[in-house]
Amino acid sequence: MVLSHRLGEWAGNAPVLEEEVALANIALDLLGQARMLLSMVGDEDELAFLREERAFRNLQLVEQPNGDFAHTIARQLYFSVYQHLLHTQLADGDGPFAALAAKAVKETAYHRDHAEQWTLRLGDGTEVSHDRMQQAANALWRYTGEMFQPVEGLDIDWTALQTAWLEQIEDVLRRATLSVPEGPRTGAWSAGAGRQGLHTEPFGRMLAEMQHLHRSHPGASW
Amino acid sequence: MATAAAHETARSQPSGAPESADDSTAEFQRAFDAAVAADERIEPRDWMPDGYRATLIRQIAQHAHSEIIGMQPEANWITRAPSLRRKAILMAKVQDEAGHGLYLYSAAETLGTSRDELLDKLHSGRQKYSSIFNYPTLTWADVGAIGWLVDGAAITNQVPLCRCSYGPYARAMVRICKEESFHQRQGYELLLALSKGTPEQHEMAQDAVNRWWWPSLMMFGPPDDESQHSAQSMAWKIKRHSNDELRQRFVDICVPQAESLGLTLPDPDLKWNEERGHYDFGPIDWSEFWEVLKGNGPCNEQRLSRRRRAHEEGAWVREAAAAYAAKHTTGGPGRQSDVDGTTGAHHAANANGENVNGETGAKRA
Repeated sequence: MVLSHRLGEWAGNAPVLEEEVALANIALDLLGQARMLLSMVGDEDELAFLREERAFRNLQLVEQPNGDFAHTIARQLYFSVYQHLLHTQLADGDGPFAALAAKAVKETAYHRDHAEQWTLRLGDGTEVSHDRMQQAANALWRYTGEMFQPVEGLDIDWTALQTAWLEQIEDVLRRATLSVPEGPRTGAWSAGAGRQGLHTEPFGRMLAEMQHLHRSHPGASW
Repeated sequence: MATAAAHETARSQPSGAPESADDSTAEFQRAFDAAVAADERIEPRDWMPDGYRATLIRQIAQHAHSEIIGMQPEANWITRAPSLRRKAILMAKVQDEAGHGLYLYSAAETLGTSRDELLDKLHSGRQKYSSIFNYPTLTWADVGAIGWLVDGAAITNQVPLCRCSYGPYARAMVRICKEESFHQRQGYELLLALSKGTPEQHEMAQDAVNRWWWPSLMMFGPPDDESQHSAQSMAWKIKRHSNDELRQRFVDICVPQAESLGLTLPDPDLKWNEERGHYDFGPIDWSEFWEVLKGNGPCNEQRLSRRRRAHEEGAWVREAAAAYAAKHTTGGPGRQSDVDGTTGAHHAANANGENVNGETGAKRA
């Protein structure tokens, strides 16, 4: 839901018309997945619009501001490769998320392909785009460790997931003539902080915008 | 009918055409007139009068631009949509608009122009977009009012375009009208939810309708006696109905819908005329229309500068894609220039691009 919101901020601002369509498409897929997930737990709007920042459990990676197009693509690449691997595992299992994951795995394969294609184009495009893509890949690297912290209730081989993720990301970056970032992958506080409701500063601002109308009319239906 | 069209067209032929071509041109003209008279579709490879081509390029381009600029007032509310369902609907709608822009630029390209060239004209102010998008979306209810009234007016305008004499445009309109009708119903449904909601929500809906009603009526363009291009467009069967006819049809549709919404329309003169079988309505403030068209509306500056900014800030991305394509396609370089818009063969369309008439305010999806 948080990443979908971020992608929604691109509407009307994308570098080409085809990207208006693509980014909105990905945002819609993610919003659809979020609505299914939230509805499994309770009322989707109550959960989206009436929780405070500290009660949100999203990854810090997805709340990061869009930045330039390269930042948006790096964020999407890191997340989509992860989500694709995760959903593939979940879809193969028989847990409560298997059905949802089976649907989402098709969508995330597309998201992943989109992010990968743009990483290649920006990385192996012009000197300017190469530098911007490298900067973006470096800047978001620190938020990638959090994705592999075990989550209660999910029966996943997290170590294998992380190994596969690293392999695939390294492969894409290499093909895009980019170097694999160095440095810690522990997030802004510690790995797993987002899952405990410890977020980065831009997130509160995002929620303020997202929730204000809903909160201004308590009990109203829309 | 064919004679009248031929006469009109002959006047818009560029002067200085080689004398020797006269005979074959006259023959092509006869074939074109006959095809239009027989309600056949004109296709990209067919001969067509220069004036017909130029008018279509102008109209389709302005229609495409309206889709692109029209994303802004609605996108303004994506991040603030009050429920996840509404947010999904709005995102899908804005995405559709980008898609409509793509169809329409493609349709325009069949006439020998390019998307880059057209965008360049939009960004430099040489081509217009619908005047309606120069109004701000101040509350969530505006999203509903745009769906119901603005998309409603667009559909009234565009359904006849599905029978337009130019094939690619007509076919684009068939696809676009289907999606637009869907958006319009969603807008109506959004307003209905507000109208039947809390008193604050009802007031929000009424306020939005009050602000969008008159600008929506202006979308049909100036009155028939002030619409200089109408007669020619109707003779060519690009247009099928006059501005005033379509406007009247729209008012007749909206009045009962407003009643079932439980909202009023901000026109004290609005009343059923038994004799005419239509609703009478009050005078439109055309001075406001012309001001907005001249660039002096509430958001003209904002809309255009945001569009320019998105384009400029995206230049490095388009350049990267072109450079990558040049490196990785065996055809070698040479197609790059298409992407940064430097090709721009400024042929006949250029002069016509400046020839903006009142209908610019009318076309939108």
